[in-house]
Amino acid sequence: MNADIRPIRTAAESSLGDIFAAAREELPGGEAALRVRDEAFAVVGRKGLPNRRVEDWKYTDLRALMREARPLADTPGADEVEAARALLPFGEVAARRVVFVNGRLSPDLSDMDTLEEGLSIAPLAVALAGDAVSALALKGVPNDNAVVALNTAFAADGLVIAVSDGAKIDRPIHVANIQTGAAHASYGRVLVSVGKGGSITLIESHVGDSGAHQTNTLIGLDIADGASAKVLKLQDEGLGTLHLATLAARLGAKAFFESVSLATGSSAARQQIYLDFAGDKAKAEVFGAGLAAGGKRHLDTTLVIDHRTLGCSSRELFKTALDGEARSVFQGRITVRPGAQKTDGKMMANALLLSETAEADAKPELEIFADDVVCGHGATVGAIDDELLFYLMARGIPKAEAEGLLVQAFVGEALESVDDDALRDALSARAERWLSERV
Amino acid sequence: MLSIKNLHASIEDKPILRGLDLEVKAGEVHAIMGPNGSGKSTLSYVLAGKPDYEVTDGSATLEGEDLLALEADERAIRGLFLAFQYPLEIPGVATMTFLKTALNAQRRARGEDELPTPAFMKLVREKADGLGISTDMLKRGLNVGFSGGEKKRNEVLQMALLEPKLCVLDETDSGLDIDALKIVSEGVNALRAKNRGFVVITHYQRLLDHIRPDIVHVMAKGRIVRTGGPELAHELEAQGYAAYAADAA
Amino acid sequence: MPAVQETVARVRAIDVDQYKYGFVTDIESDLAEKGLSEDTVRFISMKKCEPEWMLEWRLEAYRRWRTMTEPNWARVDYPPIDYEDLYYYAAPKGTKSGPQTLADVDPELLRTYEKLGIPLVEQEILAGVEQRRVAVDAVFDSVSVATTFKEELSKAGVIFCPISEAIREHPELVKKYLGSVVPTSDNFFATLNSAVFSDGSFVYVPKGVRCPMELSTYFRINEKNTGQFERTLIIADEGAYVSYLEGCTAPMRDENQLHAAVVELVALDDAEIKYSTVQNWYPGDAEGKGGIYNFVTKRGDCRGKNSKISWTQVETGSAITWKYPSCVLRGDGSRGEFYSIAISNGRQQVDSGTKMIHLGKNTTSKIISKGISAGKSQNTYRGLVSAHRKATNARNFTNCDSLLIGHDCGAHTVPYLEAKTSTAVFEHEATTSKISEDQMFYCQQRGLSEEEAVALIVNGFVKDVLQQLPMEFAVEAQKLISISLEGSVG
Repeated sequence: MNADIRPIRTAAESSLGDIFAAAREELPGGEAALRVRDEAFAVVGRKGLPNRRVEDWKYTDLRALMREARPLADTPGADEVEAARALLPFGEVAARRVVFVNGRLSPDLSDMDTLEEGLSIAPLAVALAGDAVSALALKGVPNDNAVVALNTAFAADGLVIAVSDGAKIDRPIHVANIQTGAAHASYGRVLVSVGKGGSITLIESHVGDSGAHQTNTLIGLDIADGASAKVLKLQDEGLGTLHLATLAARLGAKAFFESVSLATGSSAARQQIYLDFAGDKAKAEVFGAGLAAGGKRHLDTTLVIDHRTLGCSSRELFKTALDGEARSVFQGRITVRPGAQKTDGKMMANALLLSETAEADAKPELEIFADDVVCGHGATVGAIDDELLFYLMARGIPKAEAEGLLVQAFVGEALESVDDDALRDALSARAERWLSERV
Repeated sequence: MLSIKNLHASIEDKPILRGLDLEVKAGEVHAIMGPNGSGKSTLSYVLAGKPDYEVTDGSATLEGEDLLALEADERAIRGLFLAFQYPLEIPGVATMTFLKTALNAQRRARGEDELPTPAFMKLVREKADGLGISTDMLKRGLNVGFSGGEKKRNEVLQMALLEPKLCVLDETDSGLDIDALKIVSEGVNALRAKNRGFVVITHYQRLLDHIRPDIVHVMAKGRIVRTGGPELAHELEAQGYAAYAADAA
Repeated sequence: MPAVQETVARVRAIDVDQYKYGFVTDIESDLAEKGLSEDTVRFISMKKCEPEWMLEWRLEAYRRWRTMTEPNWARVDYPPIDYEDLYYYAAPKGTKSGPQTLADVDPELLRTYEKLGIPLVEQEILAGVEQRRVAVDAVFDSVSVATTFKEELSKAGVIFCPISEAIREHPELVKKYLGSVVPTSDNFFATLNSAVFSDGSFVYVPKGVRCPMELSTYFRINEKNTGQFERTLIIADEGAYVSYLEGCTAPMRDENQLHAAVVELVALDDAEIKYSTVQNWYPGDAEGKGGIYNFVTKRGDCRGKNSKISWTQVETGSAITWKYPSCVLRGDGSRGEFYSIAISNGRQQVDSGTKMIHLGKNTTSKIISKGISAGKSQNTYRGLVSAHRKATNARNFTNCDSLLIGHDCGAHTVPYLEAKTSTAVFEHEATTSKISEDQMFYCQQRGLSEEEAVALIVNGFVKDVLQQLPMEFAVEAQKLISISLEGSVG
């Protein structure tokens, strides 16, 4: 109530203000874009960074996680591009690669030539030169959310990908985000529109050195009637990085959306996912696996599923294994609006605590305003099941290996729907490496 | 081979085994029968090293080595195999992966090379065919969605693959229909060997029609109270456990 | 199925808006002046002949309350309450503070309770129930008008009396425990209650005593524009056991009335308290006019090892319910349970649930919540399960199911799970659905009408919770459920 008036600013809040004031004129998009950016920045300017007194941020105090605001990244030099090349993941996956180093598109590392018929890819700046307002003020996304607002205010680079009606783009597009060099902040935005009956697969990776970077990326998808889109994500940022990310998808009638993610990196991360069912009989599946160990690692997944049309279904499954002093947060809300009859929504969050000092918080929510629905959620928190461990050990498998097998099986459930074998193997291998480093 | 002397064990401070003695020689099949609550399953868990079971007195050795000092996996590596009464389901761990991990862990511990995948697959297929275990079952999560009979066959498959020295079968007949019982028993009989011992725990005599024991023990109140030949099982079948149960209460 | 038919017959016999307990008792009242000030607090304390320390306690709460703001996080919506436009004290004229015998009670009041199905006589209490006896404390607006079976209870060492009497007669117990579970500063409504609470029940069950009968309090709001602020304190000393029932009704009035109660339970080593509520305050009419604002703080402290506190509630009344009966599981091995049926119809708004705070080792808790929304109502389950670092082996199982009847209502589930120890095991599951068409068809095919089928299925849906209630309450509750759903079909 009285959160609107906050005369006292934290160091991070004041320097965010300074950084924005200094950068706003330089950001792409002209006057129209600037108005949207100013408005977006005002959200943070007015309310400050959200803290735990704000219900949506109860378990993830952004003000505490962001004590300082990093300067915006400079255009990377040749050294940084070379350093980035070495960090590129998914070499074995057959995909078209588009690489952002410190938030800037790196043409040297990217492959944007000979596009398939029906596919167009353009830098964000091009879109901002056109209809800047609709590229910045997205529909179906809470624009007063601090992470979204900061992205809107600062997004300088990114992509606009369009798939025309009926075009099926088989080769996935891999958007690689790499952070390297001096501690910096980087903001990126990828907008994807899939025309009627079209399809596309986006692979999103986030890697970097161990610098204290701050990243904020937003992916917005508009999936038209009968179209299909998949977003597969690896969040493997360096352990000093604060990772903030938003994924928003708007689904037309009979559209299909799938998202699978594996998070193994960053010092603290918040992944926000917004699904907006705008057409009847659409279907969405969202899976996530998180692995966090050591230090005070913090892994937040915040999910908002908005069913406002007839006969849609959504499935969400999140699995997190925590070691050391790591903490996971799962907030998931399924809303079924009046009239969204025959909605079928199910959400499950499981946390596995591997150490005495790990912590898991879960807040699954159902908000239902239509009667002819089948909705449910479940949440569990617990340690490794002793009975299962004993069964494995009774076959001669040593304890550490047996634990590893069980953890891998636990998170593996969230990854098994990835149908690209090479990608699934790469994700599994990353999870396996996490486990072996843990022991 | 297996030598148990004056074994006492409790769970949550409640004594279950109260001075149990048992000697099993290589090549022998021992049956342990007894009323419910006599401690039969506890014996199998204590031998296999299940946490929560506390041994308060006595000893158990396998080929002279103290079992009780070892972790569950170390006991398995020494050649002790427990066929579970209720095999556990582990979604996400494919049966094949599990078998391979277990076999290679044991080979590694014995200083043998890990079996390469093609050789391993061939080996599993051979053993699985005899037990009527399909390729599809091997691909599925461990015991996930398996019927009672399939789970028990899977236990026997593991036994065949791991080639243990001593097999403890805990109520392997529970939940099996007559056809499944036959398949499982044949699987077990195929493994009978001069250098391998068996302890078959069962409540009913019918399993012993298929797996013929050399020696039958009656267990009550946490210890062996009677020992005899195969005819003892028939006597129990005819007379029931009433005499022992009353004693046990 | 005679029970179902009887239920349906009762449902048919009443109009949509008819609330069975909606009559007004024509009785003159002593009222405090309207509004709230230190003087109001002094007036109440004086009326109750309270000692100085109690007045100080109230005044401190009052001053604190002046600095607090009303909570707004619950999913309920109501116009601002004018706390200066309420009466904070109303007592039937002629009731003096102090112990009373049944013979002293105004016959009009006895008739009121008779009409409510709670005859204040020391024989069979609920019609049709053999031998089983229930001691009743009847609270009418701000005062306790009668307490039955006091003597027999005192033979067993059990103290059961109005809290105003306990403050005078057992100050050492009250001083020790009052506010020890719900501190005066706990929340806006609890603090208000601490300042102006008028009456309620006090129970003390001494060491090793199993209370020889069910204890019960029956709350009745009668006066217009009156807030009811009752305060209940129940202490089960080491090894003691007590089962306590609470029932509530109010007349139909066009204005909203505020009910802000505080209930504190303390269970010492090996003690057990079972607390059951059938809440049937006036819910307002079909258009949402009138009805009780039920803003209640209920908390149990499992202070001793292996203690147990169990809350069972059947919530069918009130225009707005804001209520989270909770357990603080402080003692090692203690156990908390929460069983709830919350039914909303018309324009009712319910935001209710529980908190299970695991502090001690090997503590366990169980939550079973069944929400049923009909009409244009909104029904929210809100719950917290937390395990602190030292609460090793904490266990919780939660099941929250919601049933929607009709397409203008809402059902919401907002659980919070917070595990700070790896040895904790929490399992939470929730579902929301409408009555299965297959089940309806099956019942109707066997000859049940639509309403009968709904009543049958709903009663099945809430069975797990009903089983927790003492038998005679369960029968009442079952009927109440069907009546509450009146008009929800078709």
